[in-house]
Amino acid sequence: MKQLKSIAVAAALVGVTAAPAALADIVKIDGSSTVFPVTEAVAEEFQKSVKGKYKVTVGISGTGGGFKKFCRGDIDIADASRPILTKEMEECRKSGITYVELPVAFDALTVMVNPKNAFIKSMTVAELKKIWEPGAQGTITKWNQVNPEWPDAPLKLFGAGADSGTFDYFTEAIVGKAKSSRGDFTASEDDNVLVQGVSRDVNALGFFGYAYYAENTDKLKAVAIVEKAGGPAVLPSEKTVLDGTYQPLSRPIFIYVSAKSLQKPEVKQFVEYYLTHGPKLAKEVKYVALPPAAYKIGMQRVADVETGTAFGGIAEVGVKIDELLARALKQ
Amino acid sequence: MSTSRAGEDLAALRELIGRHKRRDVMFGIVGLACMMVGVVTLIVLFIDLLIDGAPRFSWDFFTSFPSRRAGEAGILSAWVGTLLVMAVTMVAAVPLGVAAGIYLEEYAPKNWVTDLIEINVTNLAGVPSIVYGLLALGLFVYALGFGQSVLSAGLTLALLILPVIIVATRESIRAIPGSIREAAHAVGATKWQVTYDHILPYSVGGIMTGVIIGLARAIGETAPIITIGALTFIAFLPAAPVQAEFPFVSGEWLFAPFTVLPIQMFNWVSRPDTAFHANAAATGIVIIVATLAMNALAIRIRYRIRQRIKW
Repeated sequence: MKQLKSIAVAAALVGVTAAPAALADIVKIDGSSTVFPVTEAVAEEFQKSVKGKYKVTVGISGTGGGFKKFCRGDIDIADASRPILTKEMEECRKSGITYVELPVAFDALTVMVNPKNAFIKSMTVAELKKIWEPGAQGTITKWNQVNPEWPDAPLKLFGAGADSGTFDYFTEAIVGKAKSSRGDFTASEDDNVLVQGVSRDVNALGFFGYAYYAENTDKLKAVAIVEKAGGPAVLPSEKTVLDGTYQPLSRPIFIYVSAKSLQKPEVKQFVEYYLTHGPKLAKEVKYVALPPAAYKIGMQRVADVETGTAFGGIAEVGVKIDELLARALKQ
Repeated sequence: MSTSRAGEDLAALRELIGRHKRRDVMFGIVGLACMMVGVVTLIVLFIDLLIDGAPRFSWDFFTSFPSRRAGEAGILSAWVGTLLVMAVTMVAAVPLGVAAGIYLEEYAPKNWVTDLIEINVTNLAGVPSIVYGLLALGLFVYALGFGQSVLSAGLTLALLILPVIIVATRESIRAIPGSIREAAHAVGATKWQVTYDHILPYSVGGIMTGVIIGLARAIGETAPIITIGALTFIAFLPAAPVQAEFPFVSGEWLFAPFTVLPIQMFNWVSRPDTAFHANAAATGIVIIVATLAMNALAIRIRYRIRQRIKW
């Protein structure tokens, strides 16, 4: 009982002297799990380089969850695997939060089959659409239903969970409408589950982020994508993503920096560090870095605090990075 | 004729007894099999984790912050976070839970309102933890303005284990014979004197067991903690609660951002680089060992206190 009393007294004392304002020098980041590995690497190196003078925290609450916190002013930077949407722009406007949009790297969604699968080298977007569109549910269950040259074998599908930005982008790029997909496939937010599934089933087909393929090249085989019938079949790689031929499944990933937070020295320094050291660190965590000019334009945007988005609240597919950076920004 | 009938009866009786004995043995086997399902699963799981995670165990693993390089990553911020959150949980949940348990058992009038509260408390123990997380997000993080902090997380988990502590408190109070209360009342003790001098000391073993089992549950919780905004990458520790200069204690850590062991483990499991999976396994071992150690402590305390009681 005495112990309990002393604990209670200590708790009361601690409560009295509490001072939440002392957290001012922390750069707070939250958002997409796809962007997380890059931001984490930058945060780690940044903290080392300033010798603990500034601190950085990174959370994972998804692109949507990140924007929610961002527009409420809870965080300084939002990690986003897709551009900000109209609804989120509206929310930010209501709370008076303006932002600088900065593409930081490429992610290439990769379609994968089992390495023992001999008949698939490439697939067209039309074939993928035939497999993944909502109407395929329960009807397209064999490989030869998609293409008569393929064998009469069951089609086992694996894909990203419906809450992820990856699922949104894949459906948008392949089916033509975000979140529009068949439902009878093995879905998981944890991409390692998908890697396991595809690597164990000869008849499997799955899609997930390029980094998961790069770490498991012995267990998986990437499928070359033919954007338009008759066009070339393109495998995902640093080169094809950079020159824009791996389409429509390569996408830029972003950070959104609050203009108000940019006035704080720790946030400004962090963002500048991100744009200078980001390319090298992105490669280290198996993402494709943007062309150098893109980071230069980003630096300019930060210096001028140029706010707004190049997308106007609509998720687009297959935008080339040069064109994206040349666009006028919308509020 | 009568002897042959007796012989038949005896044979039938023997068969009946034999049948019953066979059933007895059969149930024994089924029961053993049922028990083994649970035990073997846990052992296999633990051994699997050990095989994967054991190579990662080193001093550095406990003293390093998370990193993008699996070999350099450690759980320092995670275990410190877990420890601090648990401290807040205990300070908040124990007095509330024990007081509520005592009130319900010793003071509350026996009427339908009390019955209703009792049923609700028992049911609260079965509410999914994410519901507590959502409640806490609105209440602690925003309405009370504690932010995404150690304090919010600790209070959330306190809510979560409050029913466990209340139920454990009541059970152990109920186990004290009524004659003890009557004897104390007979010599003129007030209800509070009876409670403080007799009921509490005798039931403290059971209460501690409830507290520790509750904390062991809280240590592995992920969902409510993520909901209120625990982080994934954090490479610094909160300010120490004891300071060198006046006033020597600081509450800054209560409002510090944090992460906990299960979140760190979950993040590592879902990484593309398989080297991180060993880190996740090692973190899993730390969580399991902590939970088992807490449960062992609970059993030990109960045993010691039961020995001290002289009636």
